[in-house]
Amino acid sequence: MEFLPQVIFLLLLSASGFFITKSILRIRRNILLGRDLNRYDKPGERLKMMVLVALGQKKMFKRPLPAILHLFVYVGFIIINIEVLEIIIDGLFGTHRIFAPIFRGLYPSLINIFEFLAISVLVSCAIFLVRRNIIKVKRFDGEEMKRWPKLDANIILSIEIFLMICFLSMNTSDGILQTRGSEHYIATGDFFFTSFLKPLFNGLDNSELIFIERFGWWAHIIGILAFAMYVFTDSKHLHIFIAFPNTYFSKLDPAGRLSNMPEVTKEVKLMLNLPVETGNDNAAPGRFGAKDVQDLTWKNLMEAYSCTECGRCTSQCPANLTGKKLSPRKIMMDTRDRLEEVGRNIEANGKDHQDGKSLLGDYITVEEIMACTTCNACVEACPVNIDPVSIIVQLRRFKIMEESQAPASWNGMFSNIENNFAPWKFSPSDRLNWVQKLNQ
Amino acid sequence: MSENMINVPTMAELAAKGVTPEILFWVGCAGSFDERAKSITAAFVKILNKLSVNFAVLGTEESCTGEPAKRAGNEFLFQVQAVSNIEVMNAYGIKKIVTACPHCFNTIKNEYPELGGNYEVLHHSEFLQQLINEGKIKLQGGGEFKGKKITYHDSCYLGRSNNIYEAPRKVLEILDAELVEMKRSRTKGLCCGAGGAQMFKEPEPGFKDINIERTEEAIGTGAKVIAAACPFCMTMLSDGVKNKEKESEIKVYDIAELIAKYEGL
Repeated sequence: MEFLPQVIFLLLLSASGFFITKSILRIRRNILLGRDLNRYDKPGERLKMMVLVALGQKKMFKRPLPAILHLFVYVGFIIINIEVLEIIIDGLFGTHRIFAPIFRGLYPSLINIFEFLAISVLVSCAIFLVRRNIIKVKRFDGEEMKRWPKLDANIILSIEIFLMICFLSMNTSDGILQTRGSEHYIATGDFFFTSFLKPLFNGLDNSELIFIERFGWWAHIIGILAFAMYVFTDSKHLHIFIAFPNTYFSKLDPAGRLSNMPEVTKEVKLMLNLPVETGNDNAAPGRFGAKDVQDLTWKNLMEAYSCTECGRCTSQCPANLTGKKLSPRKIMMDTRDRLEEVGRNIEANGKDHQDGKSLLGDYITVEEIMACTTCNACVEACPVNIDPVSIIVQLRRFKIMEESQAPASWNGMFSNIENNFAPWKFSPSDRLNWVQKLNQ
Repeated sequence: MSENMINVPTMAELAAKGVTPEILFWVGCAGSFDERAKSITAAFVKILNKLSVNFAVLGTEESCTGEPAKRAGNEFLFQVQAVSNIEVMNAYGIKKIVTACPHCFNTIKNEYPELGGNYEVLHHSEFLQQLINEGKIKLQGGGEFKGKKITYHDSCYLGRSNNIYEAPRKVLEILDAELVEMKRSRTKGLCCGAGGAQMFKEPEPGFKDINIERTEEAIGTGAKVIAAACPFCMTMLSDGVKNKEKESEIKVYDIAELIAKYEGL
């Protein structure tokens, strides 16, 4: 019985590790359903992008208040993980505060830093909850933000607050037990922040304090393991990990550059009697543009998993601001939801299963994609370099090139370009007539 | 033909004489056919002519870059246009292109290279800034815009798409006017509503047109001149000003027109 807590701990740790590994493999498989795209060039430039945007939070600071609060939570998350390392070692070996004898006099300072961050995280998350649920900041609202996405955000913030309360009450009771000279609770020196909380627990006897300390310890670590599993299920919180590869594989070209479809280039050159580079002719011609998630690139799909649903994109979208149905955030969320659905289909029915549904039509409507002005405001606004315009244009390509379903006025524009070499119906021989304006 | 007539050489004419101009001025469809944008073209050519810039146009050999087709999703039509244009330009050995249209600019600069069209491409705002830097366009003091409030509307295809925010503003500085910024400017500039081939269709249902939203913001600055650097923005903002019945007090000008006026052209 002596080793029972350690055995339970090991089992919990292994189970969560197993679950998380499975989830990562599932997400990886889903992302790789996308079409190929070369984003492996310029490693130096990519690394710099990742360091600035993901690690350095560069784009967050366009909005200073949420940026600072987010920074507290983010730094808190990273630094408090050092404390988690201690908890894991203690849990596996049945020790208590194993780092205390190692760091000696520095240990209380280390814990003070953790406690400061824990309080910052707690306060920041509380403010975030207020912003979402009481002040109701507009960008957290919207058609796509009902039910699960709204609940998801509140669950994440509540879990973080709960974890911090566990951590702080664990330290408070530990601090009192230390001063009372309780067995196992080695004297490490005072913890600055939780010493202010001691009056709350001072009336309790040792066994009650030990219960609180142990409860805080177990709830904190179980909470973290559960949260880690939660992050890899169907939560927007996945961004804490995937933002790093997502920014690394960013589009490095000017935002205005849309990819040229190489499969079209060959056709066009043949049509115009121009020399065509041969090779790779065996590849069966795929679909033009994208109807479903598999037609998008793997980077589009990775971006769908990177979206935190913060709504900065939608709040800057000129179409959305003037009441059109388009919301760039919804484009990303729909892509992820559909991808998850396709993934579940593969698991249940095998790789080639068709469920008769598609991203365009069942999730994203034509009205939405037709409203985009390709102004790149959403791309500019995204803190993790997501590019909704890329998906929108690929969906348009399917609509126009595969289904020939363009608005009538676009068809007019196309035929003008084809026949008159201008999007308006003017005679090409009049192209130089503007010269008359010069000498008026 | 009087002596004051401005001559606009075409690439074909110059090639016949065995001459290669330094710069191709890519006029674009709007600059060639749209009544309002033709004045921008004329103003820019007057500047080129005054400064004796060695340029030519393609004339009737110019054809739509395919940009609106590409944004609309018609990649096939885009590439037919692109590949044909590249054939023409490469045959003339063109090295450097200047255009007053950010859409043409973005497409030729960013999307043509992969299809075989490699040129140095400048938007006219960058080109005008160079002329100012070289001292060819000088601050003279005075002028009809001195002290007047001017607000500059960022074109998406210059700004966010290609990070060109300062060149048009530097060009406007020479007017010695009072430049006032809209709240949404530079990286946060609000689109005029025309990009992504919206220029060529009715907007999707909503409670407001984008150009009205933007025009209201521009009018809100108190500026009497709205400066644009794109023929599509010009159309959208001019329509917006008309919609607000302010066309007698607020004028929308392209930066090239403002410089031409300043230079008395």
